[in-house]
Amino acid sequence: MRFTKDHEWVVLQGDVATVGITAHAAEQLGDVVFVETPEVGKTVKAGDAFAVVESVKAASDVYAPISGEVIEANGELGSAPETVNASPENGGWFAKVKLSDPSEYEALMDRAAYDAFLATQ
Amino acid sequence: MRYLPLTPSDRAEMLAVIGAPDIDGLFVDVPQAARLAGPVDLQPHAGELEVERELAALAAMNRPAGAGPFFCGAGAYKHHVPATVDHIIQRSEFLTSYTPYQPEIAQGTLQVLFEFQTQVAALTGMDVANASMYDGSTACSEAVLMAKRVNRRGKAVLSGGLHPHYAATTQTIAHAEGMEIVRLPAAIDAEAAVIDAIDDQTACVVVQTPNIFGVVTDVSKIAEAAHAKGALLIVVTTEAVSFGLLRSPGEMGADIAVAEGQSIGNALNYGGPYVGLFACKEKLVRQMPGRLCGETVDADGRRGYVLTLSTREQHIRREKATSNICTNSGLCALAFTIHMTLMGGVGLQQLARINHAKARELKAAVEGAGIEVLTPRFFNEIAVRVKGSAARLVDDLLGQGIVAGVPYSRLDPHAGLDDVLLLAATETTTSEDIAALAAALKAA
Amino acid sequence: MTMQNVGRPTRPEGSTETAGFQSLTGGRGLLQDEPLIFELDGWTKTGVDLPEPEADASDLAGLTRAGLELPGLSEPETMRHYVRLSQKNHAIDLALYPLGSCTMKHNPRLNEKAARMAGFADLHPLAPVGATQGALELMDRLSHWLKTLTGMPAVALSPKAGAHGELCGLLCIKAAHEAAGQGHRRTVLVPTSAHGTNPATAAFVGYNVTEIAQTPDGRVDLADLEAKLGDHVAAIMVTNPNTCGLFERDILDISRLTHAAGAYFYCDGANFNAIVGRVRPGDLGVDAMHINLHKTFSTPHGGGGPGAGPVVLSQALAAFAPAPWVVSGPDGLHLVEEAVDEAASAFGRMSAFHGQMGMFVRAYAYMRSHGADGLRQVAEDAVLNANYIKASLSDVMTPAFPDGPCMHEALFDDSWLDGTGVTTLDFAKAMIDEGFHPMTMYFPLVVHGAMLIEPTETESKRELDRFCHALRSLAATAKLGDVERFKNAPHLAPLRRLDETLAARKPKLTWRPEFPANQ
Repeated sequence: MRFTKDHEWVVLQGDVATVGITAHAAEQLGDVVFVETPEVGKTVKAGDAFAVVESVKAASDVYAPISGEVIEANGELGSAPETVNASPENGGWFAKVKLSDPSEYEALMDRAAYDAFLATQ
Repeated sequence: MRYLPLTPSDRAEMLAVIGAPDIDGLFVDVPQAARLAGPVDLQPHAGELEVERELAALAAMNRPAGAGPFFCGAGAYKHHVPATVDHIIQRSEFLTSYTPYQPEIAQGTLQVLFEFQTQVAALTGMDVANASMYDGSTACSEAVLMAKRVNRRGKAVLSGGLHPHYAATTQTIAHAEGMEIVRLPAAIDAEAAVIDAIDDQTACVVVQTPNIFGVVTDVSKIAEAAHAKGALLIVVTTEAVSFGLLRSPGEMGADIAVAEGQSIGNALNYGGPYVGLFACKEKLVRQMPGRLCGETVDADGRRGYVLTLSTREQHIRREKATSNICTNSGLCALAFTIHMTLMGGVGLQQLARINHAKARELKAAVEGAGIEVLTPRFFNEIAVRVKGSAARLVDDLLGQGIVAGVPYSRLDPHAGLDDVLLLAATETTTSEDIAALAAALKAA
Repeated sequence: MTMQNVGRPTRPEGSTETAGFQSLTGGRGLLQDEPLIFELDGWTKTGVDLPEPEADASDLAGLTRAGLELPGLSEPETMRHYVRLSQKNHAIDLALYPLGSCTMKHNPRLNEKAARMAGFADLHPLAPVGATQGALELMDRLSHWLKTLTGMPAVALSPKAGAHGELCGLLCIKAAHEAAGQGHRRTVLVPTSAHGTNPATAAFVGYNVTEIAQTPDGRVDLADLEAKLGDHVAAIMVTNPNTCGLFERDILDISRLTHAAGAYFYCDGANFNAIVGRVRPGDLGVDAMHINLHKTFSTPHGGGGPGAGPVVLSQALAAFAPAPWVVSGPDGLHLVEEAVDEAASAFGRMSAFHGQMGMFVRAYAYMRSHGADGLRQVAEDAVLNANYIKASLSDVMTPAFPDGPCMHEALFDDSWLDGTGVTTLDFAKAMIDEGFHPMTMYFPLVVHGAMLIEPTETESKRELDRFCHALRSLAATAKLGDVERFKNAPHLAPLRRLDETLAARKPKLTWRPEFPANQ
């Protein structure tokens, strides 16, 4: 699993990246009440806002950690946004993206680097 | 001064606590050049009697609707409002409270809003409604912007039967947002003409029923045509009492229904404050502008209400908000809700039938006076063709104590409809009023 | 003697212990539980007596609705329902309502009386102008007062609220830039402390928003402003006095730099009540400013509106103001409702008709009552009251900007709560138990755990002392570690804290028969 400074995570299987927000982010947001996942078929660039996550008090953009085409979105979050709190780094995934540039993945932080980054925040 | 509790000795004592030498010591951050040495050049304070006299004198220079025969409509309607309504809205707890930010001590306002939303949804035949907008015209412009957010298209088609002020307001706002507005030419029975203007770039079509000329339209076919092209249908109603008789926007396929709610519970007030009604299909709710009240429970599990889905709003989303709107039209919504609660579905339907019957009486009378009625199907308002300028006729009849409706040219001077006069009748219109108008029209 | 010892006891008897007492019905003495109107058996009733219509609706065959399912209640039932609901609200008339930036001041009832005079309330917006001369005269007098108080040459009356006024002002600015061939200016600069409506409005008219930094003493960072100004900037939007309750000391430099860069200065006038009669925004270089009549000029807040937001304009922007406006002619006053001919540069229309006339009457009655002298006193007492609160609480709470006076509101941060386990929200909820409405919380965003207290000028010293005493007692209790009092607050309100997460996750926005009550 790799991480961004904007608190997204990525798991790579072949050339398909599963993306979500980190446990740290989910905790900071508080109770998630709504998730807007990206449209399937959309092409995204790393750093683009491609999803929205809302708590009662805040709405946050989620940025695509890597570039590619969205091939699947987690439809379950529509009716059960609380999954993001319950299982942020597993069942609460947002979307699957078919990578266009595998080198982007390598440039992301690993768990140790992300934890170190959090410690500086 | 009667509104200021502090005495000179209070002020001195308080300045001492603060440690300021005088009041100017608290305004030190104001640049010297911008400090006014003394009061501006306006009248000094006045006692309650004096102010009341001045305002009564100004009020007396106006001719109220209730002073005699009166036939103005065109987006604002004279209806009887039960005395209970004004009594309740003047209660301190409703009048002098604010947006219910603290739900524990604002359940009164919140429960009213929940009742209001439910009433509006039922009247319009839609799934959900918000806690109100400024008025019908701004609700209309917000609906157009909402359609753009829903289907990400940039064009709106406005029917030629839409109230010209609503069209102008929508044009102003939507143009600023970069939308293209196609405003069809004014025409009396033209709601169906919008069908030809819908294409696959169209975000929404806006039609009004009853329209500005009073025409009642079944918009189902427009709904089908719009939906076939992926566009939304926005239905506008300026006379809320018509919901008691006519098929609702939702029943006819509207995606968004907006209306002016003034007719229920609110006075004419020379144009404001009024209350905009805004309702839509459930699936669109997250794109809705304005405040929303929702049901929940408190820490003890007791039912209560809160403002909800507020992440759509400006105080959280800031530049990404669905709208810049901050408040609703709370007290006017309260008046609407109380009046609606008094009437219920039974009473509103009866009121609507009376309005319609009065308009039938009016139509027969003006036809009897030799005036051509242009509106084929109407609720409580008709357009007629007079000889010469309708504006001049209205001015002339005012001299005879009759307010003979609204010249269409006042709303839309460039349409070439200078001889069209808009006449409304409500439950407040008497047979004597109608006879007086018919006689004056015949003589004119 | 004759022993007369029958009858009722005349002093309290029994234990004084009532904690945890529950009534048998869920009612709480005078505070009644009240169902929704949909639960009061009114489905076939009505509370109005109407005659039978004299004609049928056969001419509308196929266009009429089958039915309308809404409950009706008789007049006594309706009265009781809404009076019971009213008792669940806090209100200015009950106690201090110190919502910062909202200006919850006393609402004089003379203003209500005047607005209900038949000549104003029963006046149709499209009645012939010959029938509305008094209304036009009132609008003209109101305009004169607003222009004189602000030192600005023009005013657009029609905006219906503060945010609507912002929109009007920015549309004037946009029209002026476009007319001058400056349509490429697409950026609006907004301080980080701004109210959310400012960036929302800028985005609404299609402008990009760039934030301006704030100095440690709570003002616009002039250097940052200067760096961000340029040929791409259409306007700055600055609230003055600002949302930290402070006067922008460098206001003249702000307007000078803005104008030098070819941009306009939009001032958010939400806090005009702090300076009315003492400072004219026109003298500060402001090009456009909305005035919340419901704040500065005391039209009632009505549970969240209606408000009114007229916009005063500088000479540079006056020609772009939207219709309608009042003009004087040989045969009386007229209303220009359509921008044509000499007025063709007007940008359009903000709404149907002519603005919030009901609010104009109230605001004008308020202005005339206070007069030029009284309005100046309004600003002075508002500022005095806020500084008195700041001085009275500064040893137990931490003012966000301790140095120098504040204007009409006192801003505290939450650093004084560090280590207590009590948050700003908890503290505010505990104020409810003491009978006060909480202050504005967590706004402005630039101050951590912000508590923004605006007492207004209509509070007596005695009420301010009572308020400060309550806050000092609460602060002491928090520091002594009585966290439960705060975490579970409010204890004495009609309801306890509400579950906003549930409301947002599973929205129930209307009553439906298939939704059973939660109780």
